[in-house]
Amino acid sequence: MAIPVRLRVNNASREHSIEPRVLLVHYLRDLCGLTGTHVGCETGICGACTVLVDGKAVKSCTMFAVQADGAEVTTIEGLGNGQLHPMQQGFWDRHGLQCGYCTPGMIMAAVHLVATGAAGSREQIAHGLRGNLCRCTGYSHIIDAVQQGAAAAAGTAAAAHHSAQEVVRG
Amino acid sequence: MADAKTPYIGRAMKRVEDPRLVKGLATYTDDLRLPGTLHAVILRSPHAHARVRRIDTAAARALPGVVAVFTGADVNDACGVVPCAAEIPNLKAPKHTVLAGDRVYFVGHAVAVAVATNPYIARDALDLIEVDYDPLPAVVDPEKALADASPLTHPDLGTNIAYTQSVAGGSDIDDAFRRADRVIKHRLYHQRLTPMPIEPRAVVALHNAGEGTLTIWSSTQIPHLLRTLLPGMIGIPENKLRIVAPEVGGGFGAKLNVYAEEALCGHLATRLNAPVKWVESRRENAAATIHGRDQIGEYEVAVKNDGTILGLKSRTVADLGSYCQLLTPAIPTLTGLVLTGCYRIPAVKIDVVGVYTNKMSTDAYRGAGRPEATYLIERLMDVVARETGVDRTEIRLKHFPSPNEFPFPTSCGLTYDSGNYQGALAKARQLANWDQLMKQRAEARAAGRLFGVGVSTYVEICAMGPSSAMPAGGWEWGAVRMEISAKVTVITGVSPHGQGQETSFAQIAADRLGVPIEDVVVLHGDTNVAHYGRDTYGSRGTAVGGSAIVLSIDKIIAKAKTLAAHMLETTSDHVEFSNGVFRSPGVTNREIGWPELAGAAYIAKNLPAGLEPGLEASSFFEPSNFTFPFGTHICAVEVDRDTGIVSIKKYVAVDDCGPQINPLLVEGQVQGGIAHSIGQALFEQTVYDENGQLLTGEFMDYALPRATDIPEYVLGHTVTPSPVNPLGVKGVGEAGTIGATPAIANAVLDALEPLGITHLDLPLTPEKVWTAINTHTAATV
Repeated sequence: MAIPVRLRVNNASREHSIEPRVLLVHYLRDLCGLTGTHVGCETGICGACTVLVDGKAVKSCTMFAVQADGAEVTTIEGLGNGQLHPMQQGFWDRHGLQCGYCTPGMIMAAVHLVATGAAGSREQIAHGLRGNLCRCTGYSHIIDAVQQGAAAAAGTAAAAHHSAQEVVRG
Repeated sequence: MADAKTPYIGRAMKRVEDPRLVKGLATYTDDLRLPGTLHAVILRSPHAHARVRRIDTAAARALPGVVAVFTGADVNDACGVVPCAAEIPNLKAPKHTVLAGDRVYFVGHAVAVAVATNPYIARDALDLIEVDYDPLPAVVDPEKALADASPLTHPDLGTNIAYTQSVAGGSDIDDAFRRADRVIKHRLYHQRLTPMPIEPRAVVALHNAGEGTLTIWSSTQIPHLLRTLLPGMIGIPENKLRIVAPEVGGGFGAKLNVYAEEALCGHLATRLNAPVKWVESRRENAAATIHGRDQIGEYEVAVKNDGTILGLKSRTVADLGSYCQLLTPAIPTLTGLVLTGCYRIPAVKIDVVGVYTNKMSTDAYRGAGRPEATYLIERLMDVVARETGVDRTEIRLKHFPSPNEFPFPTSCGLTYDSGNYQGALAKARQLANWDQLMKQRAEARAAGRLFGVGVSTYVEICAMGPSSAMPAGGWEWGAVRMEISAKVTVITGVSPHGQGQETSFAQIAADRLGVPIEDVVVLHGDTNVAHYGRDTYGSRGTAVGGSAIVLSIDKIIAKAKTLAAHMLETTSDHVEFSNGVFRSPGVTNREIGWPELAGAAYIAKNLPAGLEPGLEASSFFEPSNFTFPFGTHICAVEVDRDTGIVSIKKYVAVDDCGPQINPLLVEGQVQGGIAHSIGQALFEQTVYDENGQLLTGEFMDYALPRATDIPEYVLGHTVTPSPVNPLGVKGVGEAGTIGATPAIANAVLDALEPLGITHLDLPLTPEKVWTAINTHTAATV
């Protein structure tokens, strides 16, 4: 029953023999040991499991691992190359998280949003994150975070606005 | 020479928790990978009420990879009874076993458990379990459940009534109603809600056969209460049981409970001698993790023609669901405690009937009883204002105690610690630009648009609480250790799960000890590390837990002064301590900092006689009262006549939680709390159909607010310290959820007032609002 699947996850080649019914999120968590991608609903609603597949944001609970055969997958662990990605920095700087459970999926969705040029205004960001649920923050700080992450990506970083520990707010 | 440094307290510090969380390196319960782990999956009832005639597990047990399949008959004797800690006189409660016996009482009731080598196989096994159900009539409507002819949720109790409570407070209620010019009656339904933290529950249990110990990792708010209560279920001694709440993905009260699965996994791990993991699916979370609210209230207000309120009668029918979980029957009584809100209402009469129905249990969901009270009193203030023709701000001001009347005794029997309700209201009106809002409303109405403004002035009961008022201790424990390296380890008995106390407690410790915040680490959530605690709920973490840290630090400083005096060759009353340095001006110019002092304390070659080595202290802090945070929320909405959609145009919140340790975290708590209220006011409702079938079993059917549903907030605060703890803090975890719901509801009803619509129950969904608009428009044409 098991069939081979070969893909690249966070720039590393992976090769496994798996049951076709294994969801991509379970593959990443259980076979690759990448537990930063979370399961919140298994119905594609909450977005906690969002990863990038060939650069596109995908809810990894709605995709079988075998469907990702040959793909390039990026998870939250692979985002920053050892350092904080500007979007991760944005979430930290702007208090864009509380319990942190939705955060990896939220960050991956935001990265995709910025990459597609759809993070211009607060309204655009909110619209782009409609597929990601957060029960803690009330979203306002998340939108602040994505704005900062987007600005950093565009080279107009607002990071100088902050000290290392303290948020200075006008 | 250390100069006075900028204190950390009061600054918007970024959270020390966040790097691991944004990198995906945090460890939630489901992230644990213990070798040899078996996976448990639970079969749940599809019926609201049924007799279980037969369960056949043979085919499931025969499936390769399946280790065991158990029913109630196999495990219930070993797993005891799921506890209820609420102290309610004459409570009739059914025996709550971990798996169903010969009946199931709600959709989602656990019937059997399959354990397998991987979760996919365990799920396959569930499909092979055959259960022969004989469906019975379901009790769904709590008011109909009171009728003699109603079917019974638990036939062996002989009634659907769990308890009744009738209390009167303040002056004579009958006299108040006799003196009234009029009595205003109102009925409100506080709909059932599902807390829905994004991380569902999860449990991992590990039995060490050699030591005879059991470790349970659980996505819980209450590791310490679990350690207190699980021994009574599964028989393990408390001191052989370790509970760990690792990273916990939100709680909101849903994880303030002792759940059957925690005992069951502990039992399975012991019985099968292997680590056992159970991870809740979202569907299970919606069906079998506690719900909140679900109270039907009938209210009578005795008023004078000038709007003066003389008395308030409340009769609440509370839908408890089928079982008493940890605090189920206590929640409706909390509503009664704060029924009068921030108003002087001289006489109250409160009746509560707790009713069993064939649904999941209700229990503490964010606010727990106080959102119900605040919603009802704030709606009633608007109704009284409208009916007596008194301005709604004036009627609130008229009934506020003045700031110098605190501590203020209420007719509900509480003593509010401190407050300045006028100050918060004035500030909110100023931030909202009230006159401008009124002008906007007038213009909108003149143009035929439905624009409304709502006000809510709230007070809540927080920092739970004094032990005298709590079922099992309301104190909090904390320990602080100045390490030999002068690093500081803070250990707290509260169990933060998103609130950020690894940061705010570090701010407190760094300031008080005069050390850099980078040198402080805050530990929590593991009963082998935080030996004792009463955990996180009821906005108690900082007020009660933070205070225990303060007491411990003060003990360390006192001891360190004795040692410093010895080293400075003086007496401790001549030693001054500030910014991490001990001095004795006038005696010597020598100064001793923590590194030298801590080294001396642990190396212990030159201690004064009788002084123990080391620099560690622990404390139990017992608050003298609850705290009573308060504030004013103002909301402006516009309702679309054609669609019934409510748009929030402006949202102003002024909250007073006392001094803010970290304004950034306060802001996050307030914004997140308001989002829960936006959900309650506009979208969310847990729905069971007439057969007790759960219709809101997924995120597809249960409408959590999304990013596009949130307005831009204008937040402000006032600062009124509490006298009941050394930090003066009041707590802020529930403020948004308590204050905001009535502000939004009042705004929508203000918008609809020109149409003659005076009441709609929540949630104010487009369909409900559209129907009301059309009904009233048709009626008035």
